Amino acid sequence: MIGDLITASVLASGIRLATPYLYAALGETFGQRSGVLNLGVEGVMLMGAFTSLWAVHEFTPAGATGYDAGALAMGVLVAILVGLIMGLATAVINVTLQAEQGISGIGIYLFGLGMSDLLFQKVFGGNVVTVNGFPKVYLPVLSDIPVLGEIFFRQNLLVYFAFALVPVTWFVLNKTTLGLKIRAVGQNPEAADAMGISVARVRYFTVTLGGVLASLAGASLSISLVNVFQQNMTAGQGFIAVALVYFGSWRARGVMFGALLFSLVNALQLQVRTKGIDVPDEYAAMAPYVLTIIALVFASQRIDQPAALTKPFERGE
Amino acid sequence: MKKLSLLIVVLLVVAIAVPSLSAARAQEKIRVAVVMPSTKSDLAFSQSIVDALLAIQEERGEDAFEFVYSENMFVVEDAATALRDYASQGYDLVIAHGSQYGSSLADIAPDFPDTAFAWGTTVDTFRDQGITNVYAYEARSEQGAFVQGVMAAMLTKSKVIGIIGPIETGDAKLYVDGFKAGVLWQDPEIEVLVNYIQSFSDLALAAAAADAMLAENADILTGTAQMVPGAVNKAKEAGALWFGTQANQTSLAPEIVVSSQVYDWTVALNPIIEDVLAGEIEGEAYSLTLENEGLRIEFNEDFELAEEVKATAEEVIQAIIDGTISFEIDEEGVLTVVEAEAEAE
Repeated sequence: MIGDLITASVLASGIRLATPYLYAALGETFGQRSGVLNLGVEGVMLMGAFTSLWAVHEFTPAGATGYDAGALAMGVLVAILVGLIMGLATAVINVTLQAEQGISGIGIYLFGLGMSDLLFQKVFGGNVVTVNGFPKVYLPVLSDIPVLGEIFFRQNLLVYFAFALVPVTWFVLNKTTLGLKIRAVGQNPEAADAMGISVARVRYFTVTLGGVLASLAGASLSISLVNVFQQNMTAGQGFIAVALVYFGSWRARGVMFGALLFSLVNALQLQVRTKGIDVPDEYAAMAPYVLTIIALVFASQRIDQPAALTKPFERGE
Repeated sequence: MKKLSLLIVVLLVVAIAVPSLSAARAQEKIRVAVVMPSTKSDLAFSQSIVDALLAIQEERGEDAFEFVYSENMFVVEDAATALRDYASQGYDLVIAHGSQYGSSLADIAPDFPDTAFAWGTTVDTFRDQGITNVYAYEARSEQGAFVQGVMAAMLTKSKVIGIIGPIETGDAKLYVDGFKAGVLWQDPEIEVLVNYIQSFSDLALAAAAADAMLAENADILTGTAQMVPGAVNKAKEAGALWFGTQANQTSLAPEIVVSSQVYDWTVALNPIIEDVLAGEIEGEAYSLTLENEGLRIEFNEDFELAEEVKATAEEVIQAIIDGTISFEIDEEGVLTVVEAEAEAE
C-alpha cells in the first residue's frame, strides 16, 4: 500500500517541485542572515518567470522542434539580469531608504505581479505561449542506479543546480570571511560597523543575490518545470519560500529539508488522489501547508533568528 | 373649447411621440461590461466570454455594440467593486463571469433595477430573493465531455486515462464527471484517474498531477480550468493525447490535442441582449448545450483521428441532441447517464 504510493516517480516529482522553493528560499536566507527580510520574493519570481520565458521564446530559432541550448542560456541570463535589477531596487528601498521591510516587500511583490502581467499582455497579447524548456539530463552511470537513479539523476540542469547551491550556501555562510561578515551584520550591525565592516555594502550584496536567486526560481518554473507563463503563475510560492527560511532556521540544510518536505508531501498528496484513495481533496491539498505551519510553530521556539532581522541600520546612532 | 383642442393636440403629440421615442431608444447603442477572473486570452473560461462578445460586436457593428472588461479579478471584493462601478456608469448589461461573484451580485443588482446583470456559470437568477434583473448562464459541459470521453476510451492503448480538475464544483465538475462517464460508457474496463488539485492557478501543481497520472501509465489526459497548460506540456513530453475544453486548445500542443469542447456564449448572450434592447429585462437562465450549439466539439485538423472514432463521436453528439442519451444530476451532484430505449427495434 505505502509502496504503491511512495514510488520513485513520486519522489522524483517532489524533487522537481522543490526546485523553485530552493532557489527562492536560499536567496532569502542570505538576505535574512544579514538582517533584511524581503517579502517581495514572489514578485521577483514572477518577473524572472516571464522574462526568462520571453528570452527562450525570442531566441529559439523559428521552426525548431526541440530545445535550443543557446536560447535556454539566454533565458537564464535574462533571469539573472532581471533578478539583479529587482534585487538592487529592493536593496535601495530597504538598506539606503530604510523602509519598513514588511511593507516594502509587499510593494515589490505587487510591482512584480502587475509588471509581469503587463509585459505578458504587451508582448504576447496575454496568449499562453509554450516553449521547449530545459530537457532532462541523465547523469552518466548515476542515472542507471536502480530507483535512486530515477529519483535523483534524471532531472534537468536547473534542478541539479538548485541542489548544488545548498552546500555552496552553507560553505559561503559558514566558512568564508564574507559569510562571517554577513552573519555579523545580521546579528549585531553596530559591532560589525565598529570593526570596519560596511553594513550597507554587505546588505546590498545579500539582497541583490537574493533577487537573482528569486528570479531564477521563477525561471525554474517557466522554462524548466511547466514551460509556459501565466498571470500570477507562482501562486504563492514566493511566500512559502520566505516561510521555509524560518522553517529551516536560517540554515541552508534546514531550508533544503523544508523545501523537500513541503514538495514531497505535495507530490504524495497528488499521488494519493491519483490512486483514488478516499481522502477529501481539500484536506489532501491542505496537508503541505498545515505541515509547514506546524513546523513553523516549533521553529519559532528556537532562538537562532538573526538578531537584527528587519531592523534598518543607520551609522552613528 | 380652444383649450380643450389644445389639450387634445398635446395628448396626441405625446401619445405619438412616446412610442417613437422608446423605439428610437431601442435602436441605441448597447454598452456591456464584463468582469472575469483570469486573463482575456487564457485559452479557457475568460477567453470564452470575450470571444463571444467579440463575435456579437462583429455581427452588430462597433457602433451598436460596445463592450469593456476587467480581467484578472481573482479577488471577489475587487470584482464586486468593479461590478458596482460599471452599473453606476450606466452600462446596459453588466456580466459577472464567474460563479464566485454570485453573492456580490445579489447585493448589487437590487440597487440598479434598470440595469441588466448576468452571471455564470449557474442557473440561479435570484428570483427566489425577489430579484428580477439578473440573468444566469451555464454550460452543460458534461455533454461535450461525454463525447470526448467516448473518443478517449476508443483511443487509449494503456487503458488508463487521467482527468485534472481545479475544485469540485460548477462546470469543472460537470466536465470531469461527464468525461469519466463517457469513458466508462464506452469501455467499463478502463481505469479513470481523477485529481482535483484545489487550485485554478498553480501550473506547477497541475504539471505534477499530470506527471503522477503519466507514471500510472495514463496515455490520455484532459483537464479543465486555467492551470491546465502546465499539464498539457507534460502530456506533450510523454507523447500522451490531450482533450481540451472551454476554448480550442489546439494551439497549446497541435501534435497531441485530439479535440476541444468549445463554449459559445453568444447562444446565451444574444437573447439577453435582445431583452435589454427591447427594454424587457426578465432575468432568465440560459444553458449552452450541443443541441443549441452553445457547445461544439472542434476537432484538431492536424491530428489524424481514425474515421471510426470520429464517426462514433458524431453519433454520440447526435444521440445527445436527440435526447437518446441524456444526463441527470441529482441534488448531491452525482451524474447519471440516461439512455432512452430505442423504440423501433
